[in-house]
Amino acid sequence: MAHELCTNQMECRTSQFVALLALGGVVVLGALYAFFTLEHHGHVLTGMNNQIVWGLPHVFAVLLIVAASGALNVASIGSVFGKQVYKSRAPLSGMLALALLAGGLAVLVLDLGRPDRLIVAMTHYNFNSIFAWNMIFYNGFFAIVGLYLITLMDRKLKGWSKPVGYVAFFWRLGLTTATGSIFGFIVARAGYNSALMAPMFVVMSFAYGLAVFMVVQASMYRWNGITLDEGVRRRMKNLLAIFVGGSLYFTVVFHLTNMYFAKQWEFERFILVDGGIYTKMFWVGQVLIGGVIPLILLFIPRSNDAKKMCFCFAAPLLVILGGFAQMYVTIIGGQAFPLTLFPGHEVNSNFFDGVIQSYSPTVYEWLLGMGGVGVTFLLTVIAVRAFKFMPQDDFHALKMRRSTD
Amino acid sequence: MNEQSKQELDESNDRRAFLKTGALVAGATVAPGVLLYGVAHSRAPEEGASGSKRWGMLIDTTKCGGGCNDCVTACNTENGLSGETGPQDSQWIRKLNIRDLRTDYVQSLPMLCQHCENPPCVDVCPTGASMKRADGIVLVDRHSCIGCRYCMMACPYKARSFVHEPLTDQNPEVPRGKGCVESCTFCVQRVDRDETPACVEACNANGHNAMIFGDLKDPASEISKALKATSSIEVRADLALNTGVRYQGI
Amino acid sequence: MARLANWLRLAAMFVAVAFSATASFPVAAGVDLPRLEKGKGDKCVEDTQFMRRNHMDLLKHHRDDTMRKGIRTTRHSLKKCVECHASEKSGSVAASKEDFCAACHSYASVKLDCWDCHATKPGKKDLPLLGQSGTAVNSSPLNSIAQPGESK
Repeated sequence: MAHELCTNQMECRTSQFVALLALGGVVVLGALYAFFTLEHHGHVLTGMNNQIVWGLPHVFAVLLIVAASGALNVASIGSVFGKQVYKSRAPLSGMLALALLAGGLAVLVLDLGRPDRLIVAMTHYNFNSIFAWNMIFYNGFFAIVGLYLITLMDRKLKGWSKPVGYVAFFWRLGLTTATGSIFGFIVARAGYNSALMAPMFVVMSFAYGLAVFMVVQASMYRWNGITLDEGVRRRMKNLLAIFVGGSLYFTVVFHLTNMYFAKQWEFERFILVDGGIYTKMFWVGQVLIGGVIPLILLFIPRSNDAKKMCFCFAAPLLVILGGFAQMYVTIIGGQAFPLTLFPGHEVNSNFFDGVIQSYSPTVYEWLLGMGGVGVTFLLTVIAVRAFKFMPQDDFHALKMRRSTD
Repeated sequence: MNEQSKQELDESNDRRAFLKTGALVAGATVAPGVLLYGVAHSRAPEEGASGSKRWGMLIDTTKCGGGCNDCVTACNTENGLSGETGPQDSQWIRKLNIRDLRTDYVQSLPMLCQHCENPPCVDVCPTGASMKRADGIVLVDRHSCIGCRYCMMACPYKARSFVHEPLTDQNPEVPRGKGCVESCTFCVQRVDRDETPACVEACNANGHNAMIFGDLKDPASEISKALKATSSIEVRADLALNTGVRYQGI
Repeated sequence: MARLANWLRLAAMFVAVAFSATASFPVAAGVDLPRLEKGKGDKCVEDTQFMRRNHMDLLKHHRDDTMRKGIRTTRHSLKKCVECHASEKSGSVAASKEDFCAACHSYASVKLDCWDCHATKPGKKDLPLLGQSGTAVNSSPLNSIAQPGESK
């Protein structure tokens, strides 16, 4: 068994590999087309405007970036907390983290009003800005996780993997804290402006990142016709359940707190009761598809064969979809709700003051957003093909451990 | 504004420019280091904005008419805005109609960049393009704006707009272009030659006198005296941003 | 792995060839030097040779001074450049390829993004060469680079 796992079986199926590359390539080309079109004509072609200033591309970008730091968690559990099952998955986890971050950043950069000035963003930092800190965290993440990957995959440097793993772990906590704080630090808007944003994003990143990892892992195993060990599967299932539960917990606390503050009632009513698409996205997308249903799938007793499907693929896939809904509600719902300039007053103007702003993304926003997913997909497919990222379990040692667990 | 008064204004501009030049040459040749033009209350071109001033505005909502749009029109003309009001069009100043939900009392007022002392847009800007000048005017440096729009997320007054389309034929004094964020500048090009912002000028010229512009740090200025004599508020005072624009009558 | 290395080598070769081809293109095609329209007035605010080399530094320096500090000298302001150098024909410095800025910059293939925001034509109410007030202030162009607007 161990011998089988050591050979990289992807090598043999070149035509299918090329097909995957083509698929990813087409999606990325679509994003480039959108980028050059927007670069020429301006954002007038998008559904974004002076009210919804961050749109669909940002939903994709933030989801990918948050999932990136979460995907690294599998490696951290191995290196920092010393769990053998996760150690053997550390390289795949690190690589996925880099691919996800690259995808997310690509969207973020391609959506800038002046992407040609990216060099300005890399050379001028306003250290009061959490956004500037994010850029430092993102760049540092590439460097640190890249180094971490080297220590994991080079036999001579293996000893360094633990200390570097520690640095990577704390760096990723910082990164997600900073990403959540992009919203948490916005004092102006009812939907943000909360210290809870940072820890909530951290917990959600655990869930989304692990979900992406599990989907990729399941795909790789299926591609190679290998069955994931029952014990490994059970561990990851439980871990995902904890993270999904944690995300739900933070969501509940966030909204309960808001419901306690009279000044936040209008906003809560908007998200929870009569916000149209945002209310649907919240209850159906974030809570049901991203939370409740995956938990049921993870815990409902099933026959052995069905379990495999649900644990490793369906449940994490739903968590990712729920993550998309959550980001949509957080980012776009938070802007659609009008700013309160004069409490206790009804406000109107011809600049859309006091109205719930509608947002309908155009094809360009979809192309940009999907392009980020495409970049991640492409990088992952190439990396998995070129290097040995396939998790390799030493089942003899595992069995020994399981008896003591 | 009628054609004649406009012409007069242009002439007075030229006169002022001429006087300034004269003062400058005199200052440079007669007594270097002595600010002769300081007496005339105008600053020399090379002097720059000073922290001893803070520009501010007082808006009297009781004098602001519900249907009146004069300040908005003047702003659009001065700064070269299209004046269109679609969701993607820039508006630097806009008229708000507010109705007290409990008393039905209706008021109208202009809303513009409040030129905060602690501006959230400046705090959040990753590149430092959003900036506050020494004299308190909050500006966007388009040379380093990357168009991320985080400042628009952060502004409590919705004062900023993003330029969604390529622009041509800008006012040479007011550069603006696609992909950058922009907002009211207090007509900095006018303030720097000792004039008031276009909106204030139009409001006064048309006899409404609802807006006063001036130096908040100068106790003798009209605005300081007016602020001392009456009760005024800043919008969203709960955020403690210490806005440069204040309202009376709300 | 070996296949990958071959691919990379091939790609690198392509890039190298493409790069050298574009770099040598103007020379190979024998493009004429740009012919510049003469500006208004007797001479430029600085020596022509100096301007050719340093106009971008002067402009960038002036831009930060004006934008961030509110220093409004006119000697090195872009607005004043436009007022003198706008073409007689198009009324602009960058509307057509023969216009002052565009002619050189397209020849040198240096992309300008001034005109995304700045007007390429003089304002209607501005009189060209109004006062030349800046000239009285700075004695040397280099001085003005080193010490922004403090020589009084």
